Amino acid sequence: MKPFVYKKAGTVAEAVRAGAAPGAKYLGGGTNLVDLMRETIEQPATLVDVTGLSSDIRRLRDGGLLIGAAVRNTELATHREVRTRYPVLTRAVVAGASGQIRNMATVGGNMLQRTRCAYFYDAKGSRCNKRNPGQGCDAIEGFNRMHAILGASSACVATHPSDMSVALAALDAVVHLDGPGGPREVPLTELHRLPGETPEVETVLRQGELVTAVELPPLSWAKRSTYRKVRDRASYAFALVSVAAAIDVRGGKVKEVRIALGGVAHKPWRAREAEAALSGGPATVKAFRAAAEAELADARPLRDNGFKVELAARTITAVLGELAGGVR
Amino acid sequence: MSAESSVIRVNGTAVAPPGDPRVSLLDFLRETLGLHGTKKGCDQGGCGACTLLVDGERILSCLALAVQYTGRDVVTVEALADGDRLHPVQQAFIDHDGFQCGYCTPGQICSAIGMAGELERGVPSHVTEDLSAKRAELTAEELRERMSGNLCRCGAHNGIVAAIAKAHQAGQLSDSGRAAR
Ligand SMILES: Cc1cc2nc3c(=O)[nH]c(=O)nc-3n(C[C@H](O)[C@H](O)[C@H](O)COP(=O)(O)OP(=O)(O)OC[C@H]3O[C@@H](n4cnc5c(N)ncnc54)[C@H](O)[C@@H]3O)c2cc1C
Ligand code: FES
Ligand code: FES
Repeated sequence: MKPFVYKKAGTVAEAVRAGAAPGAKYLGGGTNLVDLMRETIEQPATLVDVTGLSSDIRRLRDGGLLIGAAVRNTELATHREVRTRYPVLTRAVVAGASGQIRNMATVGGNMLQRTRCAYFYDAKGSRCNKRNPGQGCDAIEGFNRMHAILGASSACVATHPSDMSVALAALDAVVHLDGPGGPREVPLTELHRLPGETPEVETVLRQGELVTAVELPPLSWAKRSTYRKVRDRASYAFALVSVAAAIDVRGGKVKEVRIALGGVAHKPWRAREAEAALSGGPATVKAFRAAAEAELADARPLRDNGFKVELAARTITAVLGELAGGVR
Repeated sequence: MSAESSVIRVNGTAVAPPGDPRVSLLDFLRETLGLHGTKKGCDQGGCGACTLLVDGERILSCLALAVQYTGRDVVTVEALADGDRLHPVQQAFIDHDGFQCGYCTPGQICSAIGMAGELERGVPSHVTEDLSAKRAELTAEELRERMSGNLCRCGAHNGIVAAIAKAHQAGQLSDSGRAAR
């Protein structure tokens, strides 16, 4: 690990000031960053510890929730309003990592964790356009069973590993940022980028920008929501495919629906094609399957991950069926 | 910054954090403080051998920078027994063959104690069906899911699960959760 200077920020202003220095990075629980520093993939000159910033979850006037960036994953999943009003979020958080890691991990860090692509991690032996832009990507022709089927590019086929962020994408969450240019808000679905020609640029965050909070809109019907994660082991494994969904069915028709997918793309994948296909139409298994297929029409599987296309279609269909309750 | 928050409390004793911020809590305990009970398996968050308790909560000390833990109360496996009297969870591991080589054991035991605190605080798990329930019952399925961050290369999992379940039934798991805090 390269030497660095450690600073603990007491306020957002202090954090932003320290974070503006060249080579500075923010530090949450460290469960991803410390690991990447040990692998020399990350080499910050300064670490600005932001775990002392807001760790509150509070109700907003419109009924939504404002979740501080330093809230630990365990506290988020346990919070009464989160688990009863937005069960998809609790289910997504507890589907990730382990009890120990969730006690350390923060909301900000979870959102900004980096890919688990094995070629990205293999700093000594593999080529990776994220680590070394322009070097090439060994995953494209390599073992790519875990990799992306949607929105990938000829430069990068990595996936975003966060479960929590998939739920946030489905819930229309808004990320609150602060930085040298002042505060701003970005929808979670626009926080992460697709790889294109610059896979090293993973988010729309500007230099020195800090995540201060995540806002959930009221979405009263999100109490009928859930998260299903398909993985190689029953626990403690990253997703092959995951589905976050919320649905409001009235008189057999889909009034509102939100779907997001994990494990399939460089970012949490909001399934807008599927949502559009379902909206206002019948809540039937046939319609759910057709919507899933519409979403996956553009899927471009690699050598080893063709199974993800059918797996995603079946998982979307099953989750919507479960939420809609006994439909045929 | 108060004097209290500039030190790390390790098993009740205040110690100055390492000067080099690169040092993990795990290496700090093992290399600087000579506390070898907490084990290093993978050093990358994948095995749980380095699990210990901070303010009663279980964390992985291999991914923790020691400097981040000033002002906090760290409890390692060394502090669980009361003199020669083993902690009930340690005794349960012996009684139920909860280990073979013993390498994962300190992490398993600290993890089980931390897990008991989580159950009391109503923390849900991946297999908790009713999210509106105040707290989950520690069924066999819940126990396995909640302990899934601790691997055992010797495959002593059946004994481990039995030991934790027995300690829980005897009410010794949750008591110890309070004691360690
Ligand atoms: C063995 C293992 C298994 C795992 N399994 C899963 C899994 O199944 N599902 C899953 O979703 N995750 C999984 N994880 C990943 C884990 O969820 C993340 O490591 C964790 O959420 C990161 O949070 P953190 O606070 O520790 O972030 P850190 O490691 O501290 O930071 C991560 C990144 O976020 C940046 N950052 C942190 N806070 C802020 C902020 N407020 N503003 C701006 N930037 C910030 C940091 O600079 C860094 O780049 C696993 C991790 C391990 C080690
Ligand atoms: S040594 Fe910390 S998890 Fe393996
Ligand atoms: S007893 Fe040997 S690793 Fe668990």
